[in-house]
Amino acid sequence: MIEYSHVTKRFGKFTAVDDLSFAVQPQEALALWGPNGAGKTTAIKCLLGLLRYRGLISVDGMDAGKNGKAVRRLLGYVPQELAFYADMSALDTALFYARLKGVEAGRAQEALQQVGLAEHGDKPVGALSGGMKQRLALGLALLADPPILVLDEPTSNLDAAARELFLAMLRDVKRAGKTVIFTSHRLEEVEALADTVLVMDGGRLTLVCAAAELPDRLGLRSRVKLRLPASQLERALAVLTTAGFTVSRNGVGVLVDVLPDQKAQPIQTLYDADVEVTDFEVL
Amino acid sequence: MTSSLTTIWTLAQKEMRDALRNRWFLLYTAAFAALALAFSWLALAGAGIAGFAGFGRTAASLINLVLLIVPLMALTIGAQSIAAELERGTLSYLLAQPIGRLEVFLGKYLGLALSLLAALALGFGISGLVMVLSGSGAADPGAYVALVVLAFLLGLAMLSVGFLVSALTRKASVAVGIGLFLWLAFVFLGDLGMMGTAVAMKLPIASLFAMSLSNPSQVFKMAAILDINATLDILGPAGMYAVHQYGQGLLAILLGTLALWAIVPGVLAYLRFANRGDL
Repeated sequence: MIEYSHVTKRFGKFTAVDDLSFAVQPQEALALWGPNGAGKTTAIKCLLGLLRYRGLISVDGMDAGKNGKAVRRLLGYVPQELAFYADMSALDTALFYARLKGVEAGRAQEALQQVGLAEHGDKPVGALSGGMKQRLALGLALLADPPILVLDEPTSNLDAAARELFLAMLRDVKRAGKTVIFTSHRLEEVEALADTVLVMDGGRLTLVCAAAELPDRLGLRSRVKLRLPASQLERALAVLTTAGFTVSRNGVGVLVDVLPDQKAQPIQTLYDADVEVTDFEVL
Repeated sequence: MTSSLTTIWTLAQKEMRDALRNRWFLLYTAAFAALALAFSWLALAGAGIAGFAGFGRTAASLINLVLLIVPLMALTIGAQSIAAELERGTLSYLLAQPIGRLEVFLGKYLGLALSLLAALALGFGISGLVMVLSGSGAADPGAYVALVVLAFLLGLAMLSVGFLVSALTRKASVAVGIGLFLWLAFVFLGDLGMMGTAVAMKLPIASLFAMSLSNPSQVFKMAAILDINATLDILGPAGMYAVHQYGQGLLAILLGTLALWAIVPGVLAYLRFANRGDL
């Protein structure tokens, strides 16, 4: 359905995407995984026609470079940095993009309902919370019911509760049969959504694997056991969850999944929140 | 085709809505309307009589007002058009939709041009009303309408220059700064620069007239003065030369030049926008 063939994007002497080739099958969910600067967003922007590139990207057999408008009809896009017109209401925003996409006006209200924003339609977009804006972006992406959803770091700016809600919506979208391509550097996001993961680093594709294999293939499952005063256990769980850690209770302490080079991060997070850590152990 | 027109009109409507919320644009519009009213009233009161003399004085005042304010309005909103959206990130999101860059460009241009026309219509409308009420409106309504058209053409020319500046920059503040510099250059430095160059280089009169055509404000000024049946003698030797050299064809030359000033920078702005590969 989507095929990248030897795609290269350079900014001056800097190569952001280097000879990238992969394919996404219909109804597949594919994650572009990697650290900041890996070239994930650049690869997405090439697909959307926002950047010129060398190589070929085709969607449903159409060259994205030559038939950008037709290709974008097949895509719904949720950007990383949400850039809407802040003084426009959520409903007016949906109506505006519905007209641009050639969709009936009635779909605007339906799209807001679909993402749980029907009662916030009159609010200016600038007054919505980060989670609501992200849901609005998803609603706009689904306005024309496109077969492909493209998401750039969809939950990177959300707190834990909003992230869980948004991921649940994306799982529904995937179950509805959409093809999904998204960028992420969050393990739980990839595990929750992706069938296949493409690992990128320095603009190059370094690994392709099933999502379930990713932690083991990359050695991502370092686990830290933290011992805490019993009185602070609940608060520690809340603080770590809010900060985005995968955490579970373990007797008088907690178990936290971390990246191998970030084992001290949960301790620092608890320290910043005035939660005392009495001991720790790397498992 | 219908879908393209719908897209362009949707974008134009949004631009008009934004113009109504743009404090600077509203301020310029209010200033233009208020000054048009004041100049009309003062010109008629100063003439002491109604009729053609009153019309001529009012029209001459309006020409100076247009020369000052219309380029400022058009250059400022034109300069913000693309750069401001690029800076806010809204342009990338807009272009990620199933619409073409030509539609985006035309929609923005149409919306701002109509906003500009509405602002001019308000100022000229108020002034026209004053003249009608005072009895001098019947003096030459055709010339008055032609003056409005010329002012709108000047506005389009400056809007296109503003769009070109906007398409060449990434920051709205830089674009507006360049727009203001160009306004100064066109409105104030243009006359002085031409006079200085003519004296220093001992330019022939034909070259002086050709130089005048390089400034849309000067072109508007000459066309507007011709329109109200005044003599171009007041523009000095270049004006006299133009009248003697081109006669009845002079107005067509000036209108064509003003139209070129609207088209050429506009096309260049679109080409830059369309080929921008760094969004």
